[in-house]
Amino acid sequence: MNKSKKQDLKKEDLPSFEDYRDLPHIPVSIGVKGSMGNTGEWRTFRPVINLSACNKCGFCYIYCPEGTIKFDKETGPMVDYIYCKGCGVCARECPKDAITMRRETEQVCENDEDD
Amino acid sequence: MTDEKQETLIITGNEASAWGARRSKAHVVTAFPITPQTTVMETISEFVDSGKMQCNFVKVESEHSVMAGMVGASMTGARCFTATSGQGLLYMAEMVHWVSGSRLPVVTTIASRGIAPPWNIWVDYSDILSMRDSGWIIQFASTHQEIFDSILMSYKLAEDPRVMLPVFIAYGGFSQSHTSKPVVIPSQKAVDDYLPPVPDDGWPHLVLNPEKPIVHGNLLMPQQEYMEFRYKMHETIHGAKPIIKEVIADFHEKFGRNYHGLIESYRCDDAKYILVTVGALGEQVKDAVDTLRSEGKKVGSIKIRYFRPFPKEDLVEILGSKNLEGIVVVDRSIAYGSPTGGHISSEFSNILSELPSSLTYLPAVWGLGGRDVTVGDQESVFNDLINLHEENEIKETSNSYINGTLWVNLKVR
Repeated sequence: MNKSKKQDLKKEDLPSFEDYRDLPHIPVSIGVKGSMGNTGEWRTFRPVINLSACNKCGFCYIYCPEGTIKFDKETGPMVDYIYCKGCGVCARECPKDAITMRRETEQVCENDEDD
Repeated sequence: MTDEKQETLIITGNEASAWGARRSKAHVVTAFPITPQTTVMETISEFVDSGKMQCNFVKVESEHSVMAGMVGASMTGARCFTATSGQGLLYMAEMVHWVSGSRLPVVTTIASRGIAPPWNIWVDYSDILSMRDSGWIIQFASTHQEIFDSILMSYKLAEDPRVMLPVFIAYGGFSQSHTSKPVVIPSQKAVDDYLPPVPDDGWPHLVLNPEKPIVHGNLLMPQQEYMEFRYKMHETIHGAKPIIKEVIADFHEKFGRNYHGLIESYRCDDAKYILVTVGALGEQVKDAVDTLRSEGKKVGSIKIRYFRPFPKEDLVEILGSKNLEGIVVVDRSIAYGSPTGGHISSEFSNILSELPSSLTYLPAVWGLGGRDVTVGDQESVFNDLINLHEENEIKETSNSYINGTLWVNLKVR
């Protein structure tokens, strides 16, 4: 993944607890982007979208279980690789087979859309 | 039957459970049938159908969903109730932990039954005791009245901001669930005065509100506070002991029925031999105690009401008596491969270290899968304990003493 991308949350922004008695009953996060951390780091395979084959149907955007695909009717879908876990649901659902899952270590060829 | 005045009804243990949910004004009940609990849900569905109970009665497709429904509903700040038995409890096991781990004050009654295979639907506490380490408060109700009263007390306890933990109330399948006895049902107003409504703005630690979205059940990495959250639950459930006693004392004052505490002792003051057990057989054993007392044998009994938190201090206080010569701890459940074979008798190793080493300790198991345990059987267990203490062996008994545990009426050639 692109290491130059800035993290949304810094470690020093997170609450830290020195004493268990200061903890609430349960851990709860407010609904902010990336409250689970940079989940893109979990990824083994990355979805790569071939925009020339894409018909902009938006299936990938709808099916993404993590909301990490942005969709624009003009330019088509775009994956947020900071948070995409690489589950592959988008590639499976794409009716045009325009999304391929590539091993993270694999070089992405020039024609493919980068993030 | 009206809601305005107190009445005594002759009802089954399961109906007493349903009445407990009705008088507690449970907002959400999730239901899936399983023998011998089914008539709890049937009775509640009749209450709801006839408009006598205002609640969301949700029929789901499995016990896993029953308890999952409790998680979602309770997170909105609703008072939640359900009931199950045996295999159903095992099937919902994962969600049982989600309720306690989310610190939700759900109350669930268990009509306990033997675990399959082979199939068995009769009283046996192996089902509820398999939830031993689930973080729920685990209570045994030994009378029909106690089933009803315990539901009211359990909501008071579970919803206490110092506790915020769910409660299981277990009683015997068929032996209690399907037999009928008189149960005093107080007026709705008397219960409302005792049990205040849930807070308008949800539980102090967690409330689902579409206006303020939250993520719960988060992932905690090894160096984060997973261990601290676990310790907090352990400390809280132990810390619930004085709160349980407060709740019982308050209930006694308001309704006049005394449930004593985490344990109930019977004729233990000068006893030389004490039998410890749980559930309805802990009531019945009082007859055996009386019979043996009339024969001049100084015996007493203790009924453990709360298994979690484990009432160690209360037990040590009574069992530390100088008069005492022997203890028999009897389980109606099996803990395969445990030191004694029974759940409660195994827990006692922790207590024995604080008692005089001269005491004779006899673990025992009786009545698995609903097998009858008569008053005579209970007397025989006392006599076997006395025999073991005085002669160092157990002679002329219908019970089997194998590897240090007494198996009551086990068939052995």
